[in-house]
Amino acid sequence: MKVSITVNGKKSEHDVEPRTLLVHYVRENLGLTGTNIGCDTSSCGACTVHLNGEAVKSCTILAAQADGCSVDTIEGLSKDGVMHPMQQAFMENHGLQCGYCTPGMVMAAIGLLNENPHPTEEDVRLGLEGNLCRCTGYHNIVKSVLAAAK
Amino acid sequence: MTMTDNRPNTVIGTRLLRREDPALLTGEGKFTNDLNIPGALHLAIKRSEHAHARIIKIDTTQAKALPGVVAVYTGADLQTLWAAPMPCAWPVTPDMKNPAHYPLAVSKVHYVGDGIVAVLATSETISRDALDLIDVTYEVLPAVVDLDEALSDKVILHEELGTNSSYTWPLLIESTPGCVEEAFKNAAYTVKERYVQQRLIPMAMEPRAIAAVPQPFGGDVTMYSSTQIPHILKVMAALTLGIPEHQLRIVAPSVGGGFGSKLDVYAEELLCLALARKQNVPVRWVEERSENAHATIHGRGQIQHVELAADKEGKLTAVRFRIIADMGAYLQLVTPGVPLLGAFLYAGVYNLPQAYDFSCTGVFTSLTPTDAYRGAGRPEATYAIECGMDALARKMNIDPYELRKRNFIQKEQFPYTAFSGLTYDSGDHALAAEKATQMADYAGIRKQQVKQNVPGATKRLGIGMASYFEMCGLAPSRVLASLNYGAGGWEAATVRILPTAKVQVVTGTSPHGQGHETSWAMIASEKLGIPVEDIDVLHSDTAISPLGMDTYGSRSLPVGGVAIAGACDKVIEKARLIAAHQLECAADDLDFANGLFSVKGSPDRSVPMAALAFAAFTAHNLPDGLEPNLEAQYTYDPPNFSWPFGTHICIVEIDVETGKIQVLKYVAIDDCGNQINPLIVEGQVHGGVIQGLAQALFEEAVYDEDGNLKTTTLAEYLVPAASDVPSITTGHTITPSPTNQLGVKGIGEAGTIGAAPAVINAIIDALSGLGVTSMAMPASPQTVWRTIQSAKK
Repeated sequence: MKVSITVNGKKSEHDVEPRTLLVHYVRENLGLTGTNIGCDTSSCGACTVHLNGEAVKSCTILAAQADGCSVDTIEGLSKDGVMHPMQQAFMENHGLQCGYCTPGMVMAAIGLLNENPHPTEEDVRLGLEGNLCRCTGYHNIVKSVLAAAK
Repeated sequence: MTMTDNRPNTVIGTRLLRREDPALLTGEGKFTNDLNIPGALHLAIKRSEHAHARIIKIDTTQAKALPGVVAVYTGADLQTLWAAPMPCAWPVTPDMKNPAHYPLAVSKVHYVGDGIVAVLATSETISRDALDLIDVTYEVLPAVVDLDEALSDKVILHEELGTNSSYTWPLLIESTPGCVEEAFKNAAYTVKERYVQQRLIPMAMEPRAIAAVPQPFGGDVTMYSSTQIPHILKVMAALTLGIPEHQLRIVAPSVGGGFGSKLDVYAEELLCLALARKQNVPVRWVEERSENAHATIHGRGQIQHVELAADKEGKLTAVRFRIIADMGAYLQLVTPGVPLLGAFLYAGVYNLPQAYDFSCTGVFTSLTPTDAYRGAGRPEATYAIECGMDALARKMNIDPYELRKRNFIQKEQFPYTAFSGLTYDSGDHALAAEKATQMADYAGIRKQQVKQNVPGATKRLGIGMASYFEMCGLAPSRVLASLNYGAGGWEAATVRILPTAKVQVVTGTSPHGQGHETSWAMIASEKLGIPVEDIDVLHSDTAISPLGMDTYGSRSLPVGGVAIAGACDKVIEKARLIAAHQLECAADDLDFANGLFSVKGSPDRSVPMAALAFAAFTAHNLPDGLEPNLEAQYTYDPPNFSWPFGTHICIVEIDVETGKIQVLKYVAIDDCGNQINPLIVEGQVHGGVIQGLAQALFEEAVYDEDGNLKTTTLAEYLVPAASDVPSITTGHTITPSPTNQLGVKGIGEAGTIGAAPAVINAIIDALSGLGVTSMAMPASPQTVWRTIQSAKK
């Protein structure tokens, strides 16, 4: 089936199998491999992207469901070589180690601040509970998000 | 030299932001499964649904007929491809039993997840679809899940071995024969406990992925793998497959966490390599999460029988430990050695006379093989002694901090020759503990407990501590030889100053989140006096870095980082000869500081390293006999292990009606010697602590009695989320290691080692007024509630 999805501001059109997940669409059809896959159960959040401006796990959406929608991935965040303030905050606060959960974590964190621009530490911890990280113990991720909110 | 002095240009010790981050933050970083490899076939593996069964028949007819399927192989089909079984590099005893283990099982399967059939197809989805079309007929045999049952040999898993016991490794150290028994007889206090280190699943966020790519014309193969050990993997794959080693190149692209689980030689790596060569096309494989839970190694898995003897002051007089360690179904790369990495540490940070009785029996079960998981043997040892010390304090009715103070090895005793003959390099355990207790307000919490933990209180307060040390910087090669380890413990580095004074540092370490590129550049910058941004760090590709022993066991800095410093020294010495030639003085008459050679006493006569690099490149005017270029290779074999240490304190509040635990505060004081980059050190501690805390509170690989894993996804296996865990208060003391020029010790595993006993001691402390004296891990609300109920009886 044919889908038409605007990804990072660029319109894309592809013929896909109906079972194609959005995460596979962005990785395989568009070669945007920054969005990672860490589980098969929608538990880890490594594949978080923005769908029409809202953070979603792209393994929970079929490409077909995103037909006609606008999707933003980690690759679309930096502008003219300058990182998004959330990416910058993760860098300045050592909010990443191996980096595998990071794109999803950053997209989820931006989504969190869109909904709640001035979160408390507890708000951040609860807001990111759908995104797992095995390296950082979350301490510096939370710090990064709070710094970006300032 | 020490690196803690305050020279103006010092970069070591600063919180330099990581150079790794921009690529990882923008999606430009490439993990193995991100690589675009045209024409690759996809491997999928049919795995056993039974823990222990004989394979009667395999029908692959339907799978072979599926469009897109290129080939289907059973274990028997591939048996001629293997020059040797899969490697176990650590035969811990001469009579250790090690069943032959091949990438695909041939006649019997030994755990749920054991590979049976390999499918190659044109797409990943087709390869997985084909698995459902393969019909395997089994004769199901009884599973062996429980360690005591395994030891009984009622069901023998590998018939050819005649037993489920792989080995027993004893370590009896007595000043006089029988003194351990004597000490227990004469002890004022004894402790006897049984602890269980539950099985854990490492669950690195990046599942394993592999791509083996035959190179045209040469017969060479490049394998990309999500591995911690490209160098060791190259040697082992060459031996196992009979590929000439020089025709094999291993690359570890960005690796999404390892924690020991990627410190192995896996069946899938050997299958990809063998089948890529057989088909002469690239073959790739990526793991599903549930496959990761089944077929990537597990960690821990021990029963610990702990006995302590103490005099009337509480000073330890003898210790005895009997460990039963779960090997799982087969011995992987270092499976049998993992529990023994803790074998010398069970007396902890305490003075102990030569009265140490340890033994470990490794036993096969019909479960996923175990191997190294963050800390590897040292968290287990630390848990045993630190929870044991709290049990002793309860018995004596004294404060556990006071008991520790009476037993600590004192600062002035270092370097300390332990009961084992090993020398602990440096330490100040009392200081680390004092700092931790101050930051946690230990005395204040004790006072608050008196008020809060009254009879009938629903929320009880507990504080627990663990003073740990660890043996890392693996390792002096000669010591490894005495432990029958199959390789050395050195690390290699090359430092190359390019004609334009830019620098390439080539390391044999293989980072997967630790920030080596940043830290190694800092070391080279400090040594060479060249700006850190002018230094590139190359790693994780055996064509670029042919020599290395890779990254595990907190070894990268105390071995690999020191190797870089040593290579820099060699480059500086060579540059000094050129400088002396140019300045017409003796080499000994030159000072070198901040990248500048200057004549002693006449600092205006000087030449910078940058000019020397260019002179070495043009080679127009070098001293007679000196080779052009500024490049040096150095291999560092450490003279001793390094011994990081610290004290962790956890404060919990427990709802006795629900069993829910809230961690109110966690304080970690760690001493890893000199810190290259404190930002990275703290990050390692945070992550380590949460992994240890997760063992105490959340994680367990749960099996049913038939050997089926019940925790196969991240929905069932509780890797904690941000909302499950606390912030961490970190601090440090700095006691440089005297055994290496950087004074460093390693920090990768410290957090994991300190955390589990600190948390469990806090929980028992909170509930001891209710009669609770032990707590199983993970201390889930159900477990806590049940333990409270049974203590009431």
